[in-house]
Amino acid sequence: MAINLAGIEMKNPVMVASGTYGYGKEFADYTDLNKLGALVTKTVTLKAREGNPPPRICETPSGMLNTIGLQNPGIEKFLKEAIPFLKKLKIPVIINIAGETIEEFAELAKILEKEKVVKGIEVNVSCPNVKSGGMAFGCDPDLVSKITKSVKKAVSAPVIVKLTPNVTDITLIAKAAEAAGADAITAINTVLGMSFDLKTGKPKLSRGVGGLSGPAIRPIAVRCVWQIAQAVKIPVIGVGGIMTSDDAKEFFLAGAKAVQVGTANFVDTEAAVKVAAGLK
Amino acid sequence: MPIQEKAKILDIRELAENHFKITLLSKYISTNATAGQFVNVRISEETSPLLRRPFSIYNSEPQKELIEILFDVVGEGTKMLSLKEVNEELDILGPLGTGFEIPTDKKMAILVGGGIGIAPLLFLARALKGKIPAVYVIIGARDKKHLIDKKEFDAAKCQVLTCTDDGSAGKKGLAPDFMLPILEESKSIDKETIIYACGPKPMLKACAEIAEQYKIPAQLSMEEKMACGIGACMGCVIKTKSGYQKVCEDGPVFKAEEIIWE
Repeated sequence: MAINLAGIEMKNPVMVASGTYGYGKEFADYTDLNKLGALVTKTVTLKAREGNPPPRICETPSGMLNTIGLQNPGIEKFLKEAIPFLKKLKIPVIINIAGETIEEFAELAKILEKEKVVKGIEVNVSCPNVKSGGMAFGCDPDLVSKITKSVKKAVSAPVIVKLTPNVTDITLIAKAAEAAGADAITAINTVLGMSFDLKTGKPKLSRGVGGLSGPAIRPIAVRCVWQIAQAVKIPVIGVGGIMTSDDAKEFFLAGAKAVQVGTANFVDTEAAVKVAAGLK
Repeated sequence: MPIQEKAKILDIRELAENHFKITLLSKYISTNATAGQFVNVRISEETSPLLRRPFSIYNSEPQKELIEILFDVVGEGTKMLSLKEVNEELDILGPLGTGFEIPTDKKMAILVGGGIGIAPLLFLARALKGKIPAVYVIIGARDKKHLIDKKEFDAAKCQVLTCTDDGSAGKKGLAPDFMLPILEESKSIDKETIIYACGPKPMLKACAEIAEQYKIPAQLSMEEKMACGIGACMGCVIKTKSGYQKVCEDGPVFKAEEIIWE
C-alpha cells in the first residue's frame, strides 16, 4: 500500500482533493486524518480572495456544480492560521497554490517550502471559476510549461501540476508539464458545466458556468488519466468522482499511481479514509 | 463538537400539506444542540441525490434522547426523505452551525416564521422559557393547507398568532406585518425587545427593516444551498458587512444588521 510518489512517502495512495477538505482541521472532529496517504489543502493565493458571489453551488445528477472562486485568506494568514494545525499531522501535506501571474506561482512555492511540514506543491492551473489565471493557464501548453519551470526553479520540493479536462487534447498539456520538469500530474480538475433554474429562467450559479464534480465526471477523469499515463513517464494522480475503493481501482487500472477523493468528502466525512481502508 | 452518526427514525408524519416532521433518536445531538443549529442529512446511499440536505433542529429533547426536523418537499431529495419509514436509519451530521443568541436583558421576544421557516423556532421558543418573559410567535403560511399546527407553540407558553397570504386561516397578510401592532403596543419596552426570524428572503428582509426602524436587535436564520455543512467547501456563503460568510459555520443565524441584501 505504501508508495513513494515523486519523492513523497505515503503509507497509502489515497489523498484528499484540493478544495474539498479545507485546510484539514474542518474534518478533524470526524475522522483520523493520519489514515490518509496525504492531505492536499484548499488553494492558497498570494493575496486574500473573497471568492465569487452566491449562489455558488447546485446539485446536478450524481454531481454538483461549484463556482467558489478560490476564496482564501491569502498566504500570510494561511501561514498563521493553517500551518500550525497541519504541523501536527503525521502524514505528508501538499499545498495547492494558484497565482494570477507566472511569478506569483514561484513566489508562493518559495514561501511555502520554508515550512518543514510542506512535502509537495500542487500547482493549480485548472480552476474554471476565476477571471484571471486558473483554467486559462491550464489550456495553454506554453503557459503550463512556463509556470512549471518557474516553480521548479524556485523550490526543490516535488511539484505536481493539476490539469483541467476542458481542453481538446489533455496529453499535450501533460507533456508540456513533464518537459518543464513537473514531478507528477494530478488529473482532473472540474469539468466546465452549467445548469438553469426553470422557475426563474436564470443560471443556477452566480457566474453562470461552474465546475462539475462528483461521480458524474468519473468516466471523463478515468479517460484523461488513461490518456496521460500513456503519454508521460511521471506519475499520474487520478481524481474525479471517486466515492468508493472500487471507484479508485478504476483509476489504478487506467494507470494512476495515486488517487484523490474530492466531492465524496462532502457526502461522507470519512469517505477518503474508507477508500484507503478498502484498498488494503 | 459535532459528530456524524446513524440515527434511527422514531416517527415521521405530515404536519401540513407537503410539510413533514421526522423524529430521530440521537442522544448526542439532543444533549449538545442549541436552538438555531442544524443537522446535515444524507438522503440516500446512492449518488443521486448526492449531497446532504441541511435541516434546522425543530425540537430537541435530551431526556428522551430525540431530535425533530421539519421540512417541506421541494425536490427529489426531500421527496425521498418524506418516504422514509420508522426504524430506518439516517446518516446525519450535527449539531452544526452557530445558533441563536439569547440575551439576558430582554423582556419580550417576537419570533417570526414564514412557511417552513418555522423550523428552528420551536426549539428557540422552548429555550427562551424562563429567560424572556413575553414570547410572541407569528406563524405565516401561503394558505390553510400549508399552515403548521400551533399547538406545540401554545404548549411552550407562547402567544401565538397565525396568518396566511390568502386569509384562508388565521389573519390575512404577511407575517412581518403582524409584528407592527405588537411593537406599537409595547413601544415603551423597545429597548428590551428582540426579534428572531426564519423564512423566505423577502420576509427576512422585511423583518430586518422593521428591526432597523424600531432600533431593535434581530437575529435571522439564513438559508443557502449547502454541500459539506462543516465549513470546508465555502459553497453556502452570504454577503455580509464582514465579507462572504458561511451559512453553515458563521451562521445559519446572523445579526440582521450584518447582512447585505442583494
